[in-house]
Amino acid sequence: MLAKGRSMQELLVVSGLRKVYEGQGRRVEAVRDLTFTVAAGELVCLVGPSGCGKTTLLKCVGGLLAPTAGEVSLAGSPVSGPPPGMAFVFQEYGRSLFPWMRVRENVGLPLKQKGLSKQRRRELIADALESVGLSDAAGAYPWQLSGGMQQRVAIARALAYEPDVLLMDEPFAAVDAQTRADLEDLVRGLWRQRGITVLFVTHDIDEAVYLGQRVLILSGSPTVVQEQLKVDLPDERDQLHTRVSPRFAELRTHVYEQIQAAKRGEPDGLRKDTPPLH
Amino acid sequence: MSEVPVGRTRPGTWRRVLLRLLYAVALPVLLVVLWWFASDDSTDVYWPPLRTVLKTFPDVWTGERLRGDLRPSLLRLLGGYTVAAVAGVALGTLIGSYRRVRAVCEPVLEFLRAIPPPVLVPVIMLFAGIGDGMKVTVIASGCVWPILLNTVEGVRAVDSVMAETARSYGITGAAGLRALVLPAASPQIFAGLRQALSIGIILMVISEMFAASNGLGFTVVQFQRGFAIPDMWTGILVLGLLGFVLSVVFQLIERRVLGWYHGLRASSRRSP
Repeated sequence: MLAKGRSMQELLVVSGLRKVYEGQGRRVEAVRDLTFTVAAGELVCLVGPSGCGKTTLLKCVGGLLAPTAGEVSLAGSPVSGPPPGMAFVFQEYGRSLFPWMRVRENVGLPLKQKGLSKQRRRELIADALESVGLSDAAGAYPWQLSGGMQQRVAIARALAYEPDVLLMDEPFAAVDAQTRADLEDLVRGLWRQRGITVLFVTHDIDEAVYLGQRVLILSGSPTVVQEQLKVDLPDERDQLHTRVSPRFAELRTHVYEQIQAAKRGEPDGLRKDTPPLH
Repeated sequence: MSEVPVGRTRPGTWRRVLLRLLYAVALPVLLVVLWWFASDDSTDVYWPPLRTVLKTFPDVWTGERLRGDLRPSLLRLLGGYTVAAVAGVALGTLIGSYRRVRAVCEPVLEFLRAIPPPVLVPVIMLFAGIGDGMKVTVIASGCVWPILLNTVEGVRAVDSVMAETARSYGITGAAGLRALVLPAASPQIFAGLRQALSIGIILMVISEMFAASNGLGFTVVQFQRGFAIPDMWTGILVLGLLGFVLSVVFQLIERRVLGWYHGLRASSRRSP
């Protein structure tokens, strides 16, 4: 099912991932058994019903949570803590940026930690802010900006870090619809320009289909991969035309059905790359 | 796309500043006037007219007295306060960061902070003597609690998303303290520092009343024992003024250091 993926270099490998939370006499199995790979330069969306452990999964991938079983490896080496080659963009932009630092310092902080020279830091900060369209806001505090702009700052911070893999955890769930469309195009644009690998978690089916080269549909909790879907839409996508194309409608309908099935807990017998053409 | 400008001068700003100044000054002026007239024809030895007190003021608080009494008091306060601030923030960060340390320390802290600091003066005199060391120790031992406890709370309350962000970028250890934990706790730390300042002034005076050869507390007691009542009242005025000036200085520093915090709060009040 990953014919194309195998020929490419597999950058991120998640195998048999399981996460059980234990506490106060309660055992919650958030993620049961997840296996998938992400090739270098790929944009993969993870979509699933709400509360299905998407965030848990992404935190395990990012080394922020230790899995109960299974393994995550990045470029061949196992992930045991946050690896230097990964950058995280959180949903709660307001709580992810440091309010005591100006935009410039927020973007530059991880670079300082990396030990880059002042000159290099300045270049990376300017470049990252420019590519998210916020060059003017370098001297502002995050709380002086709108929500969408704050999330752009968080994206700029991740870009400046020059990660191999960019992990995005429902990054646009808390912004309004207009801003959301802009940010989706921003992420796709950056991905195509920079050739970074993106793993994008969302609960929005349209967003997953619109953004991804591949969509991984997760089942309800405890989570497994319900289906891997290759999005055979053209690489050039735009909000106006892509979203009204018949193929987009087919794909989103298919994903929607799968997620409904996942919610009901029906296993999917047919694992295929693309939905049948009607 | 434009950022919100900070501290923009709007028309009418001057009027607002003047109005605020008027509000701030009105009540003190009224109280002084009341005091002035209420005490004007007083013949009570212990309650001299304000006129007399003010006339005595320049004679008592000469340059020499400021150097000989105000300066040592201020230095003791500064010393004790600094020791308390450093120890309180350092220990508070340690206790706030580790759940185990907190579990061990909390009962002891609750006990120690329940002891009224002035009662420690005779105890501390026993081993720290009656010199400046004793006074600095007394001030520090009283000031440390609000700073320590507020720091613990501030460090504990560091936002989980911010903590994860820092961790995902490898900002941990000393860098994490500097970039995340201490700034995040700073509003709470400053709340503790503010409480500690008034405690510090009280303890400065009390410690000087016990055993001292100079200082503001010593001077006020000396005047009282020598029945120099107007002089004693001038000492009270000096203490009041000192407290006022220190609190203004503190507010200026706080405004500067916590500028981001006040801005953040103002912006979240506008759009919750």
